[in-house]
Amino acid sequence: MSEANDASVRAEVSAWLEANWNPELDLVQWRNILADSGWGMPTWPKEWYGKGLSAVLGAAVESEFRKIGALGVARSGVRMLAAATLFEHGSDFLKEKFLRRILTGEDNWCQLFSEPGSGSDLAGAVTRADLKDGKYIVNGQKVWTTSAHHAQYGLLLARTDWNVPKHQGLSYFIIEIEQPGVTVQPLRQMNGHASFNQVFFTDAVVAPELLVAKLGDGWKVATTTLMHERRGAADGIAAGPGKGSKRAGSAYDQERAEIAKTMEPYKWYPQRAGRADLVIERAKAAGKNNDPVIRQEMAKLLTMYNAAQWTARRARAAQQMGRPQGPEGSLGKLVGSHVARASANVHTLINDADAMLTGDDSPMNGVIAEILVSTPAASIAGGTDEIQRNIISERVLGMPKEPVTGMDRPFKDVPKNTVS
Amino acid sequence: MKFSFTNEQEQFRTMLRRFLTERSPTTEIRRLMATDEGWERDSWRRLNSDLGLSGVHIPEAYGGQGFGFVELAIVLEEMGRALLCGPYFSSVVLAANAILNAGTEDQKQALLPAIAAGETVAALAFSEVNGRWDSSGVAVTAAPSGGGYKLDGVKSFVLDGHTADLIVVLARKPGTSGDEGLSFFTMRGDAKGLERRLLKSVDATRKLAMLTFNGVQAELLGDAGGAAAPFARTLDQAAVCLANEMVGGADQLRQSALDYVKMRMQFGRPIASFQAIKHKCADMLVEVELAKSAAYYAAEAAAEDAADLPAIASLAKACAADAFMQTARETIQLHGGIGFTWDNDTHLWFKRAKSSEVFLGSPTYHRELLMQRWNV
Repeated sequence: MSEANDASVRAEVSAWLEANWNPELDLVQWRNILADSGWGMPTWPKEWYGKGLSAVLGAAVESEFRKIGALGVARSGVRMLAAATLFEHGSDFLKEKFLRRILTGEDNWCQLFSEPGSGSDLAGAVTRADLKDGKYIVNGQKVWTTSAHHAQYGLLLARTDWNVPKHQGLSYFIIEIEQPGVTVQPLRQMNGHASFNQVFFTDAVVAPELLVAKLGDGWKVATTTLMHERRGAADGIAAGPGKGSKRAGSAYDQERAEIAKTMEPYKWYPQRAGRADLVIERAKAAGKNNDPVIRQEMAKLLTMYNAAQWTARRARAAQQMGRPQGPEGSLGKLVGSHVARASANVHTLINDADAMLTGDDSPMNGVIAEILVSTPAASIAGGTDEIQRNIISERVLGMPKEPVTGMDRPFKDVPKNTVS
Repeated sequence: MKFSFTNEQEQFRTMLRRFLTERSPTTEIRRLMATDEGWERDSWRRLNSDLGLSGVHIPEAYGGQGFGFVELAIVLEEMGRALLCGPYFSSVVLAANAILNAGTEDQKQALLPAIAAGETVAALAFSEVNGRWDSSGVAVTAAPSGGGYKLDGVKSFVLDGHTADLIVVLARKPGTSGDEGLSFFTMRGDAKGLERRLLKSVDATRKLAMLTFNGVQAELLGDAGGAAAPFARTLDQAAVCLANEMVGGADQLRQSALDYVKMRMQFGRPIASFQAIKHKCADMLVEVELAKSAAYYAAEAAAEDAADLPAIASLAKACAADAFMQTARETIQLHGGIGFTWDNDTHLWFKRAKSSEVFLGSPTYHRELLMQRWNV
């Protein structure tokens, strides 16, 4: 067979779509067809629902899907992180068991890493998995778990050995969420939304074949998951009409419902980022656009907001040109929280007394209030500002790492938070 | 492209940085800043004969290299990094752009080749003792006299005004105000009736002069009464150039602070290992990189003569000025006591940051302009 190139791949996939895509198909049925054909995840290996194509050719396939509005495989949430982790560390048994239903969207996944006692210091996890009568028995608590309330499986980081230093005593499991030993509770945030869960384990059971990699390899495997999380893990076909589309067909309806369900808990995320895009409009609406102090603060904010976007584009341009990543690529998270904080300040100045109100008494039917009580999350979620500064100073600026203590002794002897 | 430099531009920068590091060590900066002139004609000529820097963005038709504002911005960033002592901003940025924007074809042919070659050093005299940066501050008058004009009044904060061979002056028809009745004029630096006094400037590497015109005979540059638009454009372009010069200076300071804290030992460890220091350095990087993004974006806007250049120029000027000043303060802080001494080089850039903060308008002034230019 001759080497695939852009033209040949496009021709092949468009012919295949012509013959197979039908918006009246059931969504799961269509995604099974995609999985069988390999066109749903063209960059995955041929033996596992893919075509073994390069990322560049995968993008060509995606653009052919988009041309005719054909839907792709399920990709939302943690499922792609699970798949990427299984590709790197999972046995064929695990890939066989999980990959197809990841793609069809029949199974939802969640990530069980963070704990009340270990946030920034993830390797300090104290949820335990003890081998008993041939099964792992899990006890402990996880927190900030996205989607756990409708997940079938979780990626679990748990401690299996307390007599070795902390990173060495962790193991990585796939745990069934729908079982008596697992309780999922919504975690209500200060802005009133509950986008995350707390997950409690009381003698929850994990079959030994659901251990990923070897006992004690948990930190290594978790690092893979986190790396893909940072990278976005978006290399499958996300084509389709998007949530605003009016395209008709049962597959479209089903996907819209799926997206709506997935996104519902996060509808406040734009407000978390501060909504700098709203300040000029709001200042005019509130008659504050001629206040010289507010003009200065708006200009400061919008300067930073624009410079942040241009910085991100510099990073992308360098990547596209195949240049080594410069410092501009590591700053986005930290800059984002500066923008969020400054935005909240400007919205407060503009809305003045109205900033005391919420819900439909607040400007924009509560959006402004939601900004004011959501922006504190920006500097915490996904790595605090302080951790970001450590990363920038150590990895970009080459400054010495923080001295780490407790690596020389068994984890059981390391000072840690007490968890009730 | 607004977000990356071409390989050729990167090579140009690398070559320039090496060249300027060699030509402008701080011993040389300190020697030149102690002189009244602030620069020397021999080294200025060499800079231009070796690299053609004084003509980088001047079209080939007028004896320049024919590159654009992006290349000019690269030169300024590297000169800002090196704190080069030379009349580059005055001659190549301010005066040459005023001539390019306002001059007739014949005038451009007559005046620009010598500036591009570095043979003539020109200065632009627009601001006055009132310290205003736009046309509202212009009070120097120009009255028709013989075949030309006679200028009367006082200009101040004129960059390299005391050493320039050619002075470009913004003046107005008596009895006019604001944007009305403004014209550019040219005269020789040694013209009769022109008194030039070097002002004592905080930043000794940036020489400012006061020029007093006592009926000085001058030639009209461009259209009589039509200088408002070319002047505004010259200011926008200059703000973009200064923003790029400032990010060069800021990046230099940031790097020097980083080098220092990695070397400085206290309490038995490099102070770079303390989180208080690491986080400050991370914040400095953020400030400088954001300002770079704004300055580069603005350089491209100037190169394309984009419709939003005025707004972007003000944005970039304010952003870079704040970043430079903040970086300068933090660089002294990170050096501790030695950072406050004359022997330590930090103050050279700190003083450039301070003068650049207000030169062409403070960050506050430019933020207000930004709001006006965005129709807020």
